[in-house]
Amino acid sequence: MDIKAYIILSLVLFTIGIIGVLVRRNAIIIFMCVELMLNAVNLLLVAFSKMHALSSAVKASPGYASDAQIFVFFIMVVAAAEVSVGLAIIVMMYRNVHTVDVNFLNRLKN
Amino acid sequence: MNALILSAIWGLVMMFCGVFVKSKSIPKYIAVLGLSIVLISSMIELLTKKSFFHFGYNNMLNTEGFNLSFIVIILFCTLIYFLLTGSEIEKVGAHVGEYFALIFFVLCGISIVATFNTLLMLFIGIEIISIPLYILTGSDKRNLKSNEAALKYFLMGAFSTGIMLMGIAFIYGGNPNASFYIDKIEMGIGHMPVLIAVGLLFVLVSMSFKVSAAPFHFWTPDVYDGAPTVFTSFMSSVVKVAGFFAFLRLFEHAFGIVQDQWQVLIVFITVATLLIGNVTAVFQQSVKRMLAYSSIAQAGFMLLAIFALNDKAKEGILLYAAAYSLASIGLFGVLTKMEDYTIDGFNGLAKEQPVLGLAATIFLLSLTGIPLTAGFQSKFFMLMAAIQNGHHFWIVIVAVLFAAISAYYYFRVIQAIYFKEATKTIILPHSINIPFKIMLIVIAALILIIGVYPELVIGWMYR
Repeated sequence: MDIKAYIILSLVLFTIGIIGVLVRRNAIIIFMCVELMLNAVNLLLVAFSKMHALSSAVKASPGYASDAQIFVFFIMVVAAAEVSVGLAIIVMMYRNVHTVDVNFLNRLKN
Repeated sequence: MNALILSAIWGLVMMFCGVFVKSKSIPKYIAVLGLSIVLISSMIELLTKKSFFHFGYNNMLNTEGFNLSFIVIILFCTLIYFLLTGSEIEKVGAHVGEYFALIFFVLCGISIVATFNTLLMLFIGIEIISIPLYILTGSDKRNLKSNEAALKYFLMGAFSTGIMLMGIAFIYGGNPNASFYIDKIEMGIGHMPVLIAVGLLFVLVSMSFKVSAAPFHFWTPDVYDGAPTVFTSFMSSVVKVAGFFAFLRLFEHAFGIVQDQWQVLIVFITVATLLIGNVTAVFQQSVKRMLAYSSIAQAGFMLLAIFALNDKAKEGILLYAAAYSLASIGLFGVLTKMEDYTIDGFNGLAKEQPVLGLAATIFLLSLTGIPLTAGFQSKFFMLMAAIQNGHHFWIVIVAVLFAAISAYYYFRVIQAIYFKEATKTIILPHSINIPFKIMLIVIAALILIIGVYPELVIGWMYR
């Protein structure tokens, strides 16, 4: 399949993620939108990896083309670490104010 | 890579120390001991070019003299930070050992971003820095401001990480070498390939987020204001300059050849950062918030290094790392002892505590960039680098004008310290002891010494 289709698909997912982060007010949904952004990246990396593996220029050093797939694993691991810390922060906030609405964040300004 | 391995190990030691040591004052001494070991071993590595640990890291990390000397500066500033405000860390909460452990993990991340050779290491290093900082920001669990700061920092940090990863994916896709190594990215002839240009834009935005350059700075004042003051001190000094170092390293090695194609973006970001940081800082009443905006303003000066990308800029970023971190750590150290964080809270400090007043004045003068202080030398190197670059000469004039504006809000604090009368108690009772005063004098002396002999800092990088 053409690489453009993958680029468009992952950009669409990425944009949905960004719009979600900017528009939604619920901390957990914002958080899920960030995960969506990361997964769009994962998809794109794997697609590019396959694209490079098929192209002739990389044939000389085939090791490199799989680098992106390793990268995807690192993204998954780091995302998991981030989830654990992020959920802990959200729970901590919920205990104090009994809401996960980020509109509460505006009191720092004054 | 002594710094990387040893700081990770010592982070684990500090975690166990948090479990097994019941006393609240002991972890500080263990942390200082461990950091001294890390610092000395990385100095040995810098001088002899030999690491204690031999393992193949596939050329993913580059331990040249410039990178190692940056790590040594960072470790040294962190040691000063521990010695000056270690007792404040004990007061934040119950888990003292863990706070120190998290700081060690941040140092581990810093030694990765200072030496990375591939985009993978850049990503991992930045995450290792960020995740412990989210926890440290929220460490004052009962305080709502701290909670909010942590949540905001976390959401913004994760968001900018996503943007950076998208950039990395595009750069990888546009690179016919199919490599993440920053010196193996092919820029082509004439204009950059579209995929790489898009990737560069994404990475630029996300790095600006991380170093809080305008127009992506909006999270900074809230986060720095909400976090416990001791940790704000660490975040706004050491971590910030580490972010700049990564920024510089990435743009020099990966995109240095096509600088003429993105330089105008950096010019825009620099001018916007200087403008917003300095002008907003003028209107702040709280010194902590003023320092947050001033850290944005200082970021504008550090961006000149990325604008210039020459040897002077590299020397300048080392000097800036030392000068800005020391002054900032010292000033936050004084701030932790204050009863009231507003500028009026500093009224008459010099009469009550002459040593604190004098040291705070030297730190503020250094941040302004008055000659004979380290801050002057670092700003001087940055401006010289920008001039040597040869393009957009006017940016130097803009930077100097904004440095003059910054004198207004820094000198307002000095005025409060020396020329106003105290109306109420200004210092937290029983908080000042002799070692604290000695450390303040040491930091002030270091700032003055670097201001006269900048070679002490930059001489290392050519080893």
